[in-house]
Amino acid sequence: MKIRTVLLVVCALLLSVIPAVRAQDDVFRVAAVAPSATNDLAFSQSMFDALTLIDEEMGDAFEFVFQDGTFVVDDAAVALRDWAASGEYDLIIAHGSQYGAILEELAPEFPEVSFAWGTDVNTFGLENVYAYTAAAEEGGFINGVLAASISQSGVIGVVGPIEVGDAKAYIDGFQSGATYANPDVEVLVTYIQSFSDVPLATEAAAAHVANGADVLTGSAQMVVGPIAVAQENELAWFGTQSSQADLAAESGVSFQVYRWDVILRDMIENIGGGVLGGEAYVLTLENGGLEIQVSESLDEESASIVTETIAALTEGIVSGEIVVLPEDPMATPEAGS
Amino acid sequence: MNFRRLINSLLDTTPYVLALLAALGVASILLIALNAPPLQAVGAIAQGAFGTENATAETLVKATPILFVAIGISVAFRGGVTNIGGEGQMIAGALAGVTVALAIPQAPGFVIIILSLLVGFAAGAFYGGIAGALKAYFNVNEILSTIMLNQVAAQIMNFLLNGVLLDPSELGSNAIPKTARIVEAAELPRLSIPLPPGLSDLFGTAELFGRTRLHWGLVIAIVLAIITYILLWRTIIGYRIRAVGQNERASRYAGINIQRNILLSMLLSGGMAGLAGVVQVLGLQYRLQTDGSATGFTGNAGFNGIVAALFGGLNPIGAIPASVFFGGLLVGAQKMQRELGIPASMVTAINGVIVVFVVSAQYFVHRRSRRRSVGGAPPEREPTAPIVPAPLETPS
Amino acid sequence: MIEEIFTASVFASTLRLATPYIFAAVGETFSQKSGVLNLGLEGVMLMGAFAAFYTVYATGSVIIGLLAALIVGALMGLATAFISVTLQAEQGISGIGIYLFGLGMSELLFVRLIGTPVSIDGFPRLYIPGFSDIPVIGEIFFNHNLLVYAAFLLVPIAAFILNRTTFGLMIRAVGQNPEAADAMGVNVARVRYMTVIIAGTLAGLAGASLSIALLNVFQQNLTSGLGFIAVALVYFGRWTPLGVLLGSLLFSFVNALQLQIGSIGVNIPSEFAVMAPYVITIIALVFASKRAEKPTALTKPFRRGD
Repeated sequence: MKIRTVLLVVCALLLSVIPAVRAQDDVFRVAAVAPSATNDLAFSQSMFDALTLIDEEMGDAFEFVFQDGTFVVDDAAVALRDWAASGEYDLIIAHGSQYGAILEELAPEFPEVSFAWGTDVNTFGLENVYAYTAAAEEGGFINGVLAASISQSGVIGVVGPIEVGDAKAYIDGFQSGATYANPDVEVLVTYIQSFSDVPLATEAAAAHVANGADVLTGSAQMVVGPIAVAQENELAWFGTQSSQADLAAESGVSFQVYRWDVILRDMIENIGGGVLGGEAYVLTLENGGLEIQVSESLDEESASIVTETIAALTEGIVSGEIVVLPEDPMATPEAGS
Repeated sequence: MNFRRLINSLLDTTPYVLALLAALGVASILLIALNAPPLQAVGAIAQGAFGTENATAETLVKATPILFVAIGISVAFRGGVTNIGGEGQMIAGALAGVTVALAIPQAPGFVIIILSLLVGFAAGAFYGGIAGALKAYFNVNEILSTIMLNQVAAQIMNFLLNGVLLDPSELGSNAIPKTARIVEAAELPRLSIPLPPGLSDLFGTAELFGRTRLHWGLVIAIVLAIITYILLWRTIIGYRIRAVGQNERASRYAGINIQRNILLSMLLSGGMAGLAGVVQVLGLQYRLQTDGSATGFTGNAGFNGIVAALFGGLNPIGAIPASVFFGGLLVGAQKMQRELGIPASMVTAINGVIVVFVVSAQYFVHRRSRRRSVGGAPPEREPTAPIVPAPLETPS
Repeated sequence: MIEEIFTASVFASTLRLATPYIFAAVGETFSQKSGVLNLGLEGVMLMGAFAAFYTVYATGSVIIGLLAALIVGALMGLATAFISVTLQAEQGISGIGIYLFGLGMSELLFVRLIGTPVSIDGFPRLYIPGFSDIPVIGEIFFNHNLLVYAAFLLVPIAAFILNRTTFGLMIRAVGQNPEAADAMGVNVARVRYMTVIIAGTLAGLAGASLSIALLNVFQQNLTSGLGFIAVALVYFGRWTPLGVLLGSLLFSFVNALQLQIGSIGVNIPSEFAVMAPYVITIIALVFASKRAEKPTALTKPFRRGD
């Protein structure tokens, strides 16, 4: 029938004899899979940067491979299984909450391999699974307070992807912070139902600007569009997940950066001690996993005010004086208004 | 098989092999530009696709939804309908199928499975049928409607997964939209092949694919491919569908109801894609989940199925090896990315080059077969139908 | 409420959103009118977008950037023409191949040559003395960058070429009945080469309109499906530039509207808001439907002597 295809398969098989060569030593090896690109200035980059940082710290004692752009969940399943079956990795990271269901099926099959996944807090009761997440609402709150105090018009625009995960946590925290600083502030939120649609995100931001917003923020990798809108209209921009300081050179104010390296160090130590999982980590301001970076473009005076505000709010949040999301997380802020 | 026929079909294969080699040549240039050794890269693709038992299983797992969609596409394109809506129809099937599986967890496993499959087929058929009816009765072009309906399906999925279908244990937890897990009884069983003693020594295992994710969805797909082949070429229903696709005007004169057959081919096509969706849930993921995009769930099978169908000559049986080849290419390319640190984007670009080269090679096959027919010998191959056959219309 | 939704900015946003669709879909109209379905628009757009962006990033000149996009688009068009006209490859598949190539290649080049999203100074908004200051009208029509105007200007030009010139006549003849056109001495292959290259060039321009005029950033998969919508809009527009314009405007208007509704906080689920443009485009076609003048030879390769 289709002999040609059979032949293709055969010649592919013939080519498959080239074996892969590997070393066996005391290097801590990590494999990670992430949905978007390592240069997305957002979620995937935050993990890539953290692994790169640890790689620099540990030098020869650490190696990692990173499969990015794996938005097809099932492709991640293949990668994770391949790594797990190879037995060569000390830690396998599934960096994306959409990968959770895969891990739930896979991890019990490889009890000797340590897995980590996020963002979530669910380890499925498995002893070889770490879960990690970020209390994105904390940095969202701080950004929100700053945004509301900067805004002249009292209108702030937010562009989000889909209404779940750390994006929602960040945006909820942001709204709460903005209202905390100025109860009359108007926070316009659009979820564009996509993590990657830059043209749509751009027009969503433009719509906010047309409706009077003079401060913008957003989450996920499509924020490069809204950042450009902020730049063009000389508005303030607040970022999250990774530092967007380079792109938002003139408009950036502060960025919440996920420092996954904080928890990765802990995991590496645990795995070295034979504990393969069972713990859920949360990046917080308190444990240093959330870092609020101040843009270098601010003049000295503004920078020092912003830095002080961040310090004061951080202290308040860490001590529990400030409750970031006062309501039940089920009831979203807009439901109250 | 006639010896000359064998030689001829082998010669027909040559352009494809050459095209593949040429594509790999282009890919090598790209790889060298990236300081990656091309031979190792190609080796990694092959290794990742068929190098181990598990790799082969993953290739077949990847091929399964592609095959379902490709079977449906073959029907639609043969019927003169360009169905680009496989993605949306997969989602429709999966949504309906998983709803059934979650609604009757107490029922015996086989009841849940059969009912889910049937409902998934029906939902996919319904969703495809929308585009079919729009084309047949309202003259809305199906390329337009199916592209648009794909987006609509993705949003309906987001809405339902974040709402009524959301896993109750995830309520308020902000997690990615997903349904609860289906009960174990409702899972399509894993597929493994027990080997006779002699072969088991050869493979080093008594049970081929014993510890892999390969599931019975593949068998269902292959059986459906055969049934669809029979339907298209051995029944009056199939004859009518093909007649409408080949020559709408002549079919009308022959008394065939054009509109009903357009609708029918879209119903069948959508139904097959719907099955692809529900089988992904029952056989592999055990729940329906997404990252907010259609691809997050379908893994692009709705589009890859089109390519596989066309590679398979719009013949459901030809779609079987085509899907396996394409599945292997996708799985193997991922392996290349992991092994050699080649960026995912490179892998995508190479896939594109391979598709273009292999499809262009058909030209040389056609030329050969035309030369043969000019030389007096009848063409051995059924002439490949014009892809995306444009219905003949009365020139106005 | 109504005046909060139908603001001038919504209409201005409509024109901006429509710009890439118009470029790409008008180009595709040429190609389809001559009988070639070019499903790879999205890939060409991405390559054009990157070429323009990188050139502006490297040279600082938007004009050179624009030229780069046109050249890259034309080259991709030439490749498409070679594949679908000379090699007579099936247009559905080869288009998907071209899309995948453009998607991967643009991202690869982006990662290698630039590395991370950066911003550039693209085409500035044109301030037209007198006109730009007119309330409402000025905001809607006279507050855009050059490429937005170019897109709208392209529509009558394309319509003129297709309907009133010999070249347009040849395009239609080749798309309707290539055998007859060939008999009359029209070089079918050459006409198709030209239209497919026009489609590629305009797709490159569509990409540039995003990366160096409307968004002024580049990111992998910048167009995110826009090229496929553009192909759909050609069917919506029934292979006429004016129809394509109407389709682009309708689609973009609903999109701008749903963003505005989201922005001012009208309480409808965002999923439904986002799907609105797609649903309404289909519904509009149901009501506006009549017998489509589809080019008879669309997707059919032409071989002399068949």
